[in-house]
Amino acid sequence: MTDAEQRRGRLKVFLGYAAGVGKTYQMLTEARDLQKRGVDVVIGYFEPHGRHETIARAEGLETVPRQMVEYRGGRFEEMDTDAILRRHPEVAVVDEFPHTNVPGSPRLKRWEDVHVLLDAGIDVLTTMNVQHLESLNDQIWQSAGVRVRETIPDWVLKQADEVVMVDLTPRALLNRLARGVVYPPERARQALDNFFKESTLVALRELAMRQAAYAVESRLPGDDEPLPSAGAAGAGGDGAARERLLLIITPDPSSAALIRRGRRVADYLRADCLAIYVTKSADFADLTAERRDNLERHLNFARGLRIESRVLEGRDVAETIVGFARMHGITQIFVTRERPSALRSWFASAFVQRIVHLARDMQVTVVADRSARRSRPAA
Amino acid sequence: MSVDNHRDPEALLRQIEAAERAERRGQLKIFLGYASGVGKSFKLFDEGRRRRERGEDVVIAAMQPDSDPAVAEAIRGVPIVPTKSLRGVPVIDVAAVIARRPQVCLVDGLAYDNPDGSQRRKRYEDVEALLEAGIAVMTSINLEYITEQQEFAKHVLGRTKTETVPQAFLDRADEVVVVDAPAEADTGIEEQQLSQLRQRALLLVADVVDRQLESYLRANGIQSAWGTQERILVCMTPRANAAKMLASGRRNAERFHGELFAIYVTQQHLTAEDRMALERNVTLARAQHAHIETLEGRDPVRTILDYAHAHGITQIFVGHNLRRSWRTRLGGTPLDRLIRDAEGIDVRVFPQ
Repeated sequence: MTDAEQRRGRLKVFLGYAAGVGKTYQMLTEARDLQKRGVDVVIGYFEPHGRHETIARAEGLETVPRQMVEYRGGRFEEMDTDAILRRHPEVAVVDEFPHTNVPGSPRLKRWEDVHVLLDAGIDVLTTMNVQHLESLNDQIWQSAGVRVRETIPDWVLKQADEVVMVDLTPRALLNRLARGVVYPPERARQALDNFFKESTLVALRELAMRQAAYAVESRLPGDDEPLPSAGAAGAGGDGAARERLLLIITPDPSSAALIRRGRRVADYLRADCLAIYVTKSADFADLTAERRDNLERHLNFARGLRIESRVLEGRDVAETIVGFARMHGITQIFVTRERPSALRSWFASAFVQRIVHLARDMQVTVVADRSARRSRPAA
Repeated sequence: MSVDNHRDPEALLRQIEAAERAERRGQLKIFLGYASGVGKSFKLFDEGRRRRERGEDVVIAAMQPDSDPAVAEAIRGVPIVPTKSLRGVPVIDVAAVIARRPQVCLVDGLAYDNPDGSQRRKRYEDVEALLEAGIAVMTSINLEYITEQQEFAKHVLGRTKTETVPQAFLDRADEVVVVDAPAEADTGIEEQQLSQLRQRALLLVADVVDRQLESYLRANGIQSAWGTQERILVCMTPRANAAKMLASGRRNAERFHGELFAIYVTQQHLTAEDRMALERNVTLARAQHAHIETLEGRDPVRTILDYAHAHGITQIFVGHNLRRSWRTRLGGTPLDRLIRDAEGIDVRVFPQ
C-alpha cells in the first residue's frame, strides 16, 4: 500500500442551482490549475452537453474512458470506477454527483462510486445543484415547483471537505439560455417554459447560497459541540444538553416529507435523530401488503439518511410513542397529518391531538404536508 | 444632442441608442467577494470581455493598482477612460465617461473615498451618477468594506475600514453575484477567519436575493410562502410559556439564519393579570429581536394563518394551552384547527 492509499481523498463540491450556471466550467478550470502546478489530474466523468467553452476547458486533461453497461438491449455509458482506481491519479474530476447509474452497474449511485475513489485516497472534484439535496426535496417543490427525482443524502454532502458556490445571476443564466449556450434551441424553449422561470431560479439560487453558507459554517471548529437546549438558551453552562428528535414513521406517503424535514432540522440544531414505527401486532397483520411495502420503504429511507430507525410493538400507539420518547430523553416529537381524505384527516387529527395531549412535557411538531402547493410562481 | 455625424449611419444609430439609454437608469451589477484575492476583479473583467465579444460597448473607468496576469489578459483591448488623479488619489472621470457614452462601464473597487474638493465624496456616488446617466455599471467590492459589516469585521479580523459603502447601495443593485472561489493569492487571513467571512458573504447575498424575490412576488400579487428562508412565528397568549417559545424561536431562527416573528391576537375580557402577563411577553419578544405585531380578528386561528401566509412563515410555535384559551367552536379546538389548516407550515406545540 502506498501512502496515498492510507489517507482518504478530499472531496470538493461545486454547488449550483441550475444547468448552465458554470459548475463544470469552474471545476475544469480548477483541474487545469492543479495540473499546471504539477498535480496528477484525470477526468473520470465529464458531461459536455455540447457547451463549447466548457469542452475547451477539458482539452489537455487526460480522460479515463467510460465503461459500457448493457441494460434491456441498450448500451449505456457510465463512469469506469475500476479503471480510475487502476490509473490511480491524485485527483479525479467527476461531473454530476447525484447521477443514478443504469441498472447493472456495480453501484446504484455515482456518489457511491465517488466514495470508492475517496476510500482509495483519490481526491475528487464534483458538481451538483442544490435541488438534488434530499432534505430540501419538499421545500424545492414548495418554493420552486420542481420535484427532483435524483437525490443525494445530506450526510454525503456534509462529508465533503469543501463546498463552493458557483454563482451566476438568473438574468445572466436566462441570457445564456436565450443565446443557446446551455441547450440547443428546441430544448432551450422547453426549459424556458418549465424550469427556467426567473422566480424559480431566484428561489433556487437563494437556497443554494444558504446551503453553501451552512456547509461553510458546519466546517468551522466547535460545530460538533451541542447547543444549549431551549430552556438554557442564552444562559450557556450546565443546561447544554443535546436536543433529541423522534420521528414517527407510518406507511402514509406523508412520512417521506416528515423524514426529510426531521433530518434537516436535526442537522441545523445539531440534534440527535431517531425514528420509530409502532405496530399493534408483531406480524404487521393489520397492514395491507401495499402499506407494509410503504412502511418498509420509509424505514429504509430514514436509515439511508442515517436516522436510527426501529419498529416497536404496542397496543396503544400514542402511549407507546410517548413512553418511548420519555425513556430516551426525547425533546421533540415529529408527526404528520396523514394525506387528506375527509375521514382520515379527522382520525389523523385525533391521533396528533392525542400525542400532543400525552406528551405534555415535550414539544410536538406537526410537519406540514409540503406536497400540496398553495401558490405557484407566475409564469 | 446634435447629430453631427449624419454621414455615418452606424454612428447615427449608436447616438440614437445612447440617447434612448440616457432616458432610463443604467443597470447595476455588483461582484461581492469575501476577501481580497478571491478573484472578484477577474470575474468582473472577464464578464466585461465576454460582453464586448458579444458586441456591447464596454469601457473601464477604474482599476485596482496591482492586478494579476489573468486580469491583464481579460482587459486586453478594452478601452479605458483614465481616472483623474486628485492629491494622488484616483478618481473616476465621470464627465469623460458620460461624454463617451458606453453601454457598460467597469469599476473595479467600489469602496473609495474621493479626496476633498471632488464633486462627490464617495466613489459609489460617482457610480450613481453614471447609472442616472443611463450607463450600466459593473463593479466589485469586498465584504469588509460594507458599512454595516464593520462590527463583524472587527470581531473576525480585528480591524475596520473607514472607506465603506452602505448596504442600501447593494440592496438597490439589479444583480449581486457572490464570488465564492477559494482564495488564490495570499490573503494574510487565517483559514478559519476566511470561512467566517465566506459564510457571511453568502448569507448577505442570500438576504439581498430574498428581499428582491419578495418584492418581485409582491409586485406580481403572489403570496410569499416560499420556504427559501426559515421564518418562525411565535403565537403569544397571556398564559402561554412565551419565554420558552421565544428563546427556542430565537435559537432556531439563528441556526437557520432565518427570521423570528411574534404576534398576539387581541381577545376581549382579559383580566388585569392576563394583561400584565401579555405585556411581559411582548417585552420578552422585543428582547429576542422578534418582529412583533398585535392583530385583531374575530377568528384568531384564521388571523394567525392569514398573517403566517402573508409573511412566508415556515414554522408556527404555539402553546399547549391554545386548546383552551379560545372558546371551542365547531370543528375542534383552536389548536386542532390550526394544525389542520396550517397548509404548508409546520406547527410546533410547546408544553406549559
